[in-house]
Amino acid sequence: MQPSFMPAAIAAGVTFILGASVMGIRLQPAGISLEVTSAPTHVYLGLIAASLFVFILQYFRLTERFSRLLKSSQESKVELPAFLRTQQQQRLWTMLAIGALLLFPVIGSRGWIDLATLTLIYVMLGLGLNIVVGLAGLLDLGYVGFYAVGAYAYALLNTYFGFGFWEALPIAGALAALFGFLLGFPVLRLRGDYLAIVTLGFGEIIRILLNNWTEITGGPNGISQIPKPTLFGLEFNRRAAEDALGTFHEFFGIKYSPEYKVIFLYLLALILVLITVYVIRRLIRMPIGRAWEALREDEIACRSLGLNPTMIKLSAFTLGASFAGFAGAFFAARQGFINPESFTFIESAIILAIVVLGGMGSQLGVILAAVAMTILPELAREFNEYRMLLFGLIMVLMMIWRPQGLLPMKRPHMELKRG
Amino acid sequence: MLELQEVHTHYGPIEALKGVSLEVRQGEIVTLIGANGAGKTTLLMTICGDPRATSGTIFFEGQDISRLLTSKIMRSGIAVVPEGRRVFTGMTVEENLMMGAYFQEKDSIEQQLEYVLHLFPRLKERFSQRSGTMSGGEQQMLAIGRALMSRPRLLFLDEPSLGLAPIVIGQIFEIIQQLRQEGTTVFLVEQNAHRALSIADRGYVIEHGHLVLHDTGANLLDNDEVRKAYLGG
Repeated sequence: MQPSFMPAAIAAGVTFILGASVMGIRLQPAGISLEVTSAPTHVYLGLIAASLFVFILQYFRLTERFSRLLKSSQESKVELPAFLRTQQQQRLWTMLAIGALLLFPVIGSRGWIDLATLTLIYVMLGLGLNIVVGLAGLLDLGYVGFYAVGAYAYALLNTYFGFGFWEALPIAGALAALFGFLLGFPVLRLRGDYLAIVTLGFGEIIRILLNNWTEITGGPNGISQIPKPTLFGLEFNRRAAEDALGTFHEFFGIKYSPEYKVIFLYLLALILVLITVYVIRRLIRMPIGRAWEALREDEIACRSLGLNPTMIKLSAFTLGASFAGFAGAFFAARQGFINPESFTFIESAIILAIVVLGGMGSQLGVILAAVAMTILPELAREFNEYRMLLFGLIMVLMMIWRPQGLLPMKRPHMELKRG
Repeated sequence: MLELQEVHTHYGPIEALKGVSLEVRQGEIVTLIGANGAGKTTLLMTICGDPRATSGTIFFEGQDISRLLTSKIMRSGIAVVPEGRRVFTGMTVEENLMMGAYFQEKDSIEQQLEYVLHLFPRLKERFSQRSGTMSGGEQQMLAIGRALMSRPRLLFLDEPSLGLAPIVIGQIFEIIQQLRQEGTTVFLVEQNAHRALSIADRGYVIEHGHLVLHDTGANLLDNDEVRKAYLGG
């Protein structure tokens, strides 16, 4: 291909403008107001160097090999590594992975265990949304609404009626499911963009409602002192509350350590995630799972086969929402404090990104993506203000290299017994 | 077996069917021919309950089905091969067929699968292939096979020849005749009037929402008006 001047110049120009607008301008506090000042000269020298680099790269079309690389990687088939092919091997590795996760608190530091717990919450949310978006193909941008319903269900039940975590957990799930069902009705006839807008609105309505219903929800001040879950009535605090059975460390006769609480929360989250994975795996293999996929592919064909799209959509919304409800109740218990700030649109976007990055419909993919989405920002903490930039870059590269997601769904294959 | 009495259907203010009465008897192949926009597909969809008839009644095996839910109608012994095939392209042939048998008893599925694969040996070859990667003719066979998985007593075919090579159309029409011999009643909506009328026992001609002609397939083939309008002179 011929060296081309114009595209290269444009690319270099874009590099400079983008770079300058991000790095070239500084906001300086001056008294009570902010002043816009220009960055030091070396930043601009760096930007010019970067633009030159882009120009040269484009001009000599070094990118051609790069683009060929892109193409080949798109065409190559995704195959499971050799050690995961047979069912026994898969089962073995699953067991090993679960074992490793159970043992993780022994070696992990407190900070890591905490982060792992947060990751597990996102795994649960991702798996739940995966039913709605990945399997049934209904783009839901307000998923965080159900998460909020679950969290506030526990917080409010505890504040007003003294419910414990274990009593509130099923109620939170059921309440979120009910909201999913209710949201399902008005959006049944909608598809694609329209559905996305309505669900987005739903998420916002929930948040704004929580924010303004001050007498009940405490408004922006939120609800605090939500108790942590107990182990069969045993608390993880230094001293037991008046009506509690006692504390964990007294019961087992060991010294008090705040780490037990962190580890317990981690293990609890792990168990909730394992249950979620198991239940959804079963659902996918059941006829309803196939119906979700069929609906995603062709609604008219579904109707021609006597399936009722209304029921299929409602079931996807309801079940998906219930998992967000469980995750929300756990989140409230872990934080001990919730307010509407935790349930903004960005959360919905992150959960959706997890599903899309992971590969729509694929459970393992969603789990990997949830891990990546929570741990990467943590690792990139040193990059500080460039963190989001980095994040965006990864997203763009993902869409080029693997538009189908990290681990695209491998659909469970049904076979009839022959003979 | 199927009887329509004075059926009217509206799309908003537009009347698409203006009082259609028609009958399909057990064991027949009945065809409905007409130009684009005459109301062929609307008639078929009305029987399926989507859109619903605004007035008139539809009887299937003596039962009034004009007020039933689409999903109920489609489970009552009627199956439809929709226009443009509409197979689930991301699923394999096997999974497509299993979707067709969604409401069947487990033990009868295998038997019916055997029957469909016997009818379309090509589907057996492609059994675990993704249906989106198959040719148009194979997809049409799959669409028919999928509809047959629900053991219908009455089969609707909407433009099965659409976009297919003549040789494949020939195969499809042979299969349709074979199905009738094995006891399935067929209601065939076609633009390919010549083919449709040659295999049909009876035919109806629809124009602007009215049935304008009704006769045996052979007579319609000889009819001057039909020849001029639909068979190219």
